[in-house]
Amino acid sequence: MTVTTQRLFRAEDTPFALSHLDALEAESVHIFREVAGEFERPVILFSGGKDSIVMLHLALKAFAPAPVPFALLHVDTGHNFPEVLAYRDRAVAKHNLRLHVAAVQDYIDRGVLRERPDGLRNPLQTVPLLDGIESNKFDAVFGGGRRDEEKARAKERVFSLRDEFGAWDPRRQRPELWSLYNGRHAVGEHVRVFPLSNWTELDVWQYIERENIELPEIYYAHEREVFRRDGMWLTAGEWGGPKENEPVETRLVRYRTVGDMSCTGAVDSDADTIEAVITEIAASRLTERGATRADDKMSEAAMEDRKREGYF
Amino acid sequence: MSTTQEATATSLLRFATAGSVDDGKSTLVGRLLHDSKSVLADQLEAVEHASRRRGQEAPDLALLTDGLRAEREQGITIDVAYRYFATARRRFILADTPGHVQYTRNMVTGASTAELAVVLVDARNGVVEQTRRHAAVAALLRVPHVVLAVNKMDLVDYAEPVFAAIAEEFTAYAASLGVKDVVAVPISALAGDNVVEPSAHMDWYGGPTLLEHLETVPVGTDPSVEPVRFPVQYVIRPQSEEFHDYRGYAGQLASGVLRVGDAVTVLPSGHTSTVAAIDALGVPTEIAWAPQSVTVRLADDIDISRGDLIAAGTLPVPTKDVRATVCHLNERPLHVGAKVLLKHTTRTVRALVKEISYRIDIDTLERRSGAEGLNVNDIGHVVLRTAEPLALDDYTDNRRTGSFVLIDPSDGTTLTAGMAGEAFDTVSTTDASQEEDWV
Repeated sequence: MTVTTQRLFRAEDTPFALSHLDALEAESVHIFREVAGEFERPVILFSGGKDSIVMLHLALKAFAPAPVPFALLHVDTGHNFPEVLAYRDRAVAKHNLRLHVAAVQDYIDRGVLRERPDGLRNPLQTVPLLDGIESNKFDAVFGGGRRDEEKARAKERVFSLRDEFGAWDPRRQRPELWSLYNGRHAVGEHVRVFPLSNWTELDVWQYIERENIELPEIYYAHEREVFRRDGMWLTAGEWGGPKENEPVETRLVRYRTVGDMSCTGAVDSDADTIEAVITEIAASRLTERGATRADDKMSEAAMEDRKREGYF
Repeated sequence: MSTTQEATATSLLRFATAGSVDDGKSTLVGRLLHDSKSVLADQLEAVEHASRRRGQEAPDLALLTDGLRAEREQGITIDVAYRYFATARRRFILADTPGHVQYTRNMVTGASTAELAVVLVDARNGVVEQTRRHAAVAALLRVPHVVLAVNKMDLVDYAEPVFAAIAEEFTAYAASLGVKDVVAVPISALAGDNVVEPSAHMDWYGGPTLLEHLETVPVGTDPSVEPVRFPVQYVIRPQSEEFHDYRGYAGQLASGVLRVGDAVTVLPSGHTSTVAAIDALGVPTEIAWAPQSVTVRLADDIDISRGDLIAAGTLPVPTKDVRATVCHLNERPLHVGAKVLLKHTTRTVRALVKEISYRIDIDTLERRSGAEGLNVNDIGHVVLRTAEPLALDDYTDNRRTGSFVLIDPSDGTTLTAGMAGEAFDTVSTTDASQEEDWV
């Protein structure tokens, strides 16, 4: 029998040390390659937000020098930040990727979905997302969700089985042991895959810095016309804001998350470099969702409910 | 202020906690998150709000780890929850496993990736049946380090003899199971003694606080003394003009150090070659080590695909007869004669359950022969016959290439967790045929 204690060592002191970013990167790359090896039609959900950008970066590294063997799927709420759409199109062109777009506006125009009284479009994304998955017969769908984001996500698997309605049943989830991911699924079912499961917001930013990854400009401090709603700074624009009693002012802000314009808030910030952003995040006293997402404040179990219905 | 330090590179420790709500596990986890300043204002505000609603004055830190609404409504914990926190020295991934319902299954899951397990006991109760079970699971899964956190020291007047007796009993038991490294820490999760801050009430204790120990315990094993194990995940063939003849084997090193020029053997075929090049995610390198993900190119054009193992050093002998210790994870029992799928590293093969040699009573460690099936949470020893040969290591030697899962081919359910080889030395064997508590 091997005497394990004698082999144990202080990783920091040897030439074989791996930093936490190296360890997380190696794990995520492993996950991408498992999917490439076991699924027929995988797709990466790509919003142009930092988590999906990091996912794409990891996928590019995982299969280099070959191209990424997956398409991208963007669920377009119709209330996009122009900088983010421009980034998306640049990324698609640069890496010669295939992009599928599922647009909420199409569903509203066709009368399938109705605009909500509060104007929020994030909750409307589930139907176009599931249709996009079904019509393209995607069997593995990469999402940028992280377990540190929110407590319904803390119990999410890396490989998360969805039934033919796209629904997540926390009790039907498979135990996930070692690094053995079980991707078996029936026809019509699909598996959501979360390669960033074990990353935190700070890890993502540190990795962006280390790898020198370009992000949409709105992640860095800039002057913007905003107005106050529900305690958040929202961008003035044609999507529906501001109302009469909501005065517009110009402030120095940045975005910590990027989603639909109607419910993603900016934070006051003068962090205009990656170093300044990391310092700000490390010192922040609010979670990124608490600070910037109106839709997550709807109820204590908002995310759990949306996940069950098939949300990201 | 340590924010700049926190933002620098650190190592990563994956650990698991085991214990029930009654032992104060949720409070301990909440305390670790809170005192290491990993709980942010909006989360704390939500906890304060919920605590006030329940008529409590101080925020109940246990609520920080409160689960899904489905769980709250049914008063159950569905399974392992993962928590993340960081200090200036290290990043932590905590697998928080519930203590009661489905305890074995959940702890096995949480411990499978853990390098350290925190076993919690109530100082008033000492080592109880559940404590022994948690130690046994940690030993079974070969978690390298175990910490015994003797909680609620405030309720025994911070008395050293109480702590010393529990620590001694537990350490002796864990050692008998083959656990090599046990550290005992007297704590009060509620009052904060020795969790993050040293206690002002236990001068007699000279050891580290729980967090100090977590920050300094060695991470990982030394890849330089391990044999090379590289399960092939995917073959990269760009077929572009620039990389016309490129054929790379993508994978994550499960163990060992691989260098360009090394002689390697491909299993199960047995073909040999040498490493022509290693690409570290697009950048050529001369050397790679576990657990890096890399792409390997070989000097010879041999047939290699997903599921093959590139190996060096002592080689496992590919076999179709697998003897393993298993933990059954599913409500449907596992019977002799069951036809299942076996997933080992990147290889999935058909397998037949030929024999259930014995069941292990996790509380007494007795072997009970004569079992026809394994129920959920049962631990036992099985013999499997596979349709194709597997290059398995003994789990004792390699947690990654010695482990596998059994899958139901009809609906893809993960049925059973397997570890090649024998479990810890078990005590005795009794004939189970008279007993009625299993199938």
